[in-house]
Amino acid sequence: MEEKKQCKGCGGALPFVIGFVAAVIAGWVLFPNLLYSKKVQPIRFSHKIHQEQGMECSGCHAFRDDGSYAGLPNNDKCMECHSDVVGSDPAEKLYVEEYAKKGKEVPWLIYQYQPDNVIFSHKAHESFECKSCHLELEKSDTPPVYYENRLSGYSKQTMKMWQCERCHAENGVSNACHVCHK
Amino acid sequence: MKAKEFNIKWGMVIDLDKCTGCGACMTACQVENNIAPMVDASNKLRTLSWMLVYELSNKKSGAEAEVAYLPRPCMQCGNPACVPVCPVIATDKNEEGGIVSQIYPRCIGCRYCMAACPYHARYFNWEDPIFPKGMEKALSPNTSARPRGVVEKCNFCHTRLMKAKDKARQDGGNPEALADGAYMPACAEICPTGAISFGDVKNKEHKVFELAQGKDAYRLLEKLGLNPQVYYVSKREWVRKLGDNYAATGKPGAAKKHS
Repeated sequence: MEEKKQCKGCGGALPFVIGFVAAVIAGWVLFPNLLYSKKVQPIRFSHKIHQEQGMECSGCHAFRDDGSYAGLPNNDKCMECHSDVVGSDPAEKLYVEEYAKKGKEVPWLIYQYQPDNVIFSHKAHESFECKSCHLELEKSDTPPVYYENRLSGYSKQTMKMWQCERCHAENGVSNACHVCHK
Repeated sequence: MKAKEFNIKWGMVIDLDKCTGCGACMTACQVENNIAPMVDASNKLRTLSWMLVYELSNKKSGAEAEVAYLPRPCMQCGNPACVPVCPVIATDKNEEGGIVSQIYPRCIGCRYCMAACPYHARYFNWEDPIFPKGMEKALSPNTSARPRGVVEKCNFCHTRLMKAKDKARQDGGNPEALADGAYMPACAEICPTGAISFGDVKNKEHKVFELAQGKDAYRLLEKLGLNPQVYYVSKREWVRKLGDNYAATGKPGAAKKHS
């Protein structure tokens, strides 16, 4: 017969506390670190510098004539100024040499990238400030780190369905399925 | 149950006397809505056709024989049979305009809605869509991809409605009062004979307002009380009678039950 083990501290608070702390660390620190991979933008694009040149947001992020939103500018727009190196910033040199001159579009990481079945109209939300949904990039010198969910492939910083629904509900806008889904 | 009422009622009026059965509407629909070509399209139990053209016949021979063609989209019923049976609210009629929605990621594929729909307007994805090489580059951004195991149906090309609203906003117009023709589903746009008209059947400025009230206008299976938003027009009595399966309802399309 096996000898019965004696364990004096087993019923105390200490094992509980240790377990609790371990679980909290695992759930709040370790798991999120495992779940999200960190990515940096291919070019260290500075919104701050461009704003200091007196450029308007709509100069690059514009609506088309049909009311659709062009989103990020492509090489044609960037090369209006950067067809050749005009400054001393290494990021600009990288852009000109690796992308502009090779005719390759920059694979920007979109913080707000939405799934295929979501339809979003920037035109309908024109009265809101960009930063009410987007990261506040307009004053950033270095774009923030992009966190990609390893399981879903989506950005951690993207808008969630509950956020859309809450704002719609608060503003008395329809939350019918087809208002946002296609 | 009382039909849900909206201020805008997007409706289609299809003139069966103008329809030649060419099938352009079916093709335009498949392109617009990213419906993959089937490996075996002869298996009609498994094909996906949000818009389907049926051939009607008056069952007579010789010089009296006549045929008609009936394009059948989703009827976007005012009182849809498919909505209350959905256990997960993947389909609902809750948006201004009255288009019955279908949310594919939410659908669990139980197919109750397919059993409930008397118009056979709903389709089940038996297979994952496979697009021939190169065709994936021509996919439309208007419709999201559907995996195997979910139900799908016509939604009057709903993304086109959203785009029409954006255009109206851009031009300073009212997105809730679109002009006639500003929003057209792919089938109505492509129809070479102009058999398919589309608009807000509650808006007097839209052509369909009068067409839907014409004396030869009728709806399919009106006796069921589903209150469809798709209207058909035919001057031929036998065609109108077929629309209600020869049931007597007192409506223009109906007559005494056929013996």
